[in-house]
Amino acid sequence: MAIYLDSNSKIIVQGMTGAEGMKHTQRMLAGGSDIVGGVNPRKAGETVEIEGKSLPVFGSVAEAMAETGANVSVIFVPPAFAKAAMVEAIDAQVPLIVTITEGIPVHDSAAAWDYNLKKGNKSRMIGPNCPGIISPGKSNAGITPSNITGAGPIGLVSKSGTLTYQMMFELRDIGFSTGIGIGGDPVIGTTHIDALEAFEADSETKAIVLIGEIGGDSEEKAAEYISKHVSKPVVAYVAGFTAPEGKTMGHAGAIVSGSAGTAQAKKEAFEAVGVKVGKTPSETAQLMRDIIAGL
Amino acid sequence: MSYKADLDRETVDLFEYQARDLFEAHGVPVLRGIVVDTPEQAEAAAKEIGGVVVVKAQVKTGGRGKAGGVKVAKTPEDAKAAAEAILGLDIKGHVVKRLMIAQGADIAEEYYFSVLLDRSNRTFLALCSVEGGVEIEQLAEERPEALAKVQISANEGIDLAKAKEIAQEANFPAELVDSVSEVFVKLYGVFEKEDATLVEVNPLVRTGDGQIIALDGKVTLDENAEFRHEREQMERDQLDPLEAKAKENDLNYVKLDGEVGIIGNGAGLVMSTLDVVAYAGENHGGVKPANFLDIGGGASAEVMAAGLDVILGDEQVKSVFVNVFGGITACDAVANGIVGALDKLGSAASKPLVVRLDGNNVDEGRKILSEYNHPLITLAETMDGGADRAAELAKG
Repeated sequence: MAIYLDSNSKIIVQGMTGAEGMKHTQRMLAGGSDIVGGVNPRKAGETVEIEGKSLPVFGSVAEAMAETGANVSVIFVPPAFAKAAMVEAIDAQVPLIVTITEGIPVHDSAAAWDYNLKKGNKSRMIGPNCPGIISPGKSNAGITPSNITGAGPIGLVSKSGTLTYQMMFELRDIGFSTGIGIGGDPVIGTTHIDALEAFEADSETKAIVLIGEIGGDSEEKAAEYISKHVSKPVVAYVAGFTAPEGKTMGHAGAIVSGSAGTAQAKKEAFEAVGVKVGKTPSETAQLMRDIIAGL
Repeated sequence: MSYKADLDRETVDLFEYQARDLFEAHGVPVLRGIVVDTPEQAEAAAKEIGGVVVVKAQVKTGGRGKAGGVKVAKTPEDAKAAAEAILGLDIKGHVVKRLMIAQGADIAEEYYFSVLLDRSNRTFLALCSVEGGVEIEQLAEERPEALAKVQISANEGIDLAKAKEIAQEANFPAELVDSVSEVFVKLYGVFEKEDATLVEVNPLVRTGDGQIIALDGKVTLDENAEFRHEREQMERDQLDPLEAKAKENDLNYVKLDGEVGIIGNGAGLVMSTLDVVAYAGENHGGVKPANFLDIGGGASAEVMAAGLDVILGDEQVKSVFVNVFGGITACDAVANGIVGALDKLGSAASKPLVVRLDGNNVDEGRKILSEYNHPLITLAETMDGGADRAAELAKG
């Protein structure tokens, strides 16, 4: 099992022929992902040699899907063109759309999300501004290092990319079913709650790590959801306790401009529903070790 | 409920006069306003506008009126005197350096309107009330029924029909619905065309002769969208000198009040590092993180050197904690970055450096730093251990 992404996933890359797209297509292939082609209207009909594989470039997402049977698209196109790329993937009804691109205007992300809803919510969207999704040993759609951890019983959902890596690395001896970086932007596709729901239903996942950071109310909503719908053990980590109010901390989602959205408020929301919150990433990893040992 | 907490993003808040100018450019009815920096200019502006004017402090904080930052002046001489009184005022930590001389308005009624990004629902939201001029958070809390909330589709926006729905929802009398709705549509134009995450008018007024006018506005822009806007050089907030230097080098740096300099990769990990250092500081005389600095994925020698240069320029800094997780970037590349940075900085690198590397090629990375054998570098095995050592060194 695993969620959203597994060994049957056939991936196309929108923006494969760009610098970032090439680099990460190569990494995903080396990590064992089944990449079946790329999309770039200006290079349609060409092929690109990566990792000893000859990858066709298609003129459109729809054509790429028809020719290859792709069911996942990873988007690396620059911010100015990301909305068009997302809309194209939504029109083609790609089941899973993973947008890695950082720096997309929020009006564009909001419009893409609204468009997906209007088209019947046929595509699961992840991101933007995220590391993507990895089901270790099965497939990797994004920029997470493929060799960071093996398969195992932990499910992970995180707003932050590097903290995802940190946590997977700390618990690499236990392993993960799926790790999802949902991204820290104000408008994202898949949320903490979506991932919790899927992990709860996934037989391979025995316990869940949730990583949040200051800003928004996704963690508070997740806590409420856990109390009602999640029977599997969950541990949480929240970054940003020392972030000063009103100061931007680089990540799109990370300003605190009121009492809501603080790390403290999020921690309290989790603890109120019995979810243990680690003070540091390693303490969080230890909490997960204790849970796994007790299963 | 706090609406502002939903605006978590790299954003730019505009001064009132900048918002006014954007409104005017998009056809939103506004009164005349002239920006001035001296009492003499204030007098001249009041003369040019004629009649009663309002002298308004240009600061990005609420409560200007109560703090004495807004004064009505009946003559140009009054305007000059008011400007003298307001310039230099400290309003909640914001010193007034600039004023707007605004044409006086004959106000019959005050309303409230805003359109903003609703992060929680992944959509836009219009807020509107016939009870304007008050703090909207207070109104939302005390009389939520008086504040209309209407979700706005990011693709459909506010057309005239949607604007009328908002006006009716907010209980505008029937005879005013058409005139305010036209203004709502124009304000949405500002929000959409300028890539704003907030456009707020408080108050929106009806004058004695029945005109609808945006009297005071707040606009927040999305920095991610700046690439598609050709804006004239806009007045920005004065940055801390270290923050300004970091910005010149495209570094994501925020100065804080502490002793342990922090460098890391990825915003989440850096925020986490700040927290872990603060906890460690509790055992070492209460030392705290001195800054937030995210060098991003690359971590080249140049970026590392630029980052170290900024941090070592902070006189408060006593030690530096470099916390890097090699995900995409291999740790040997990061180690070479640190070596390159220290070579480049030479004797300017004067404070102890605790380095924690983990992840991709960690052994090679640590080996490079061990062999470099720089007297200022201490290698840490773990993030918690590194934070503890850096805090200890900062305590001195």
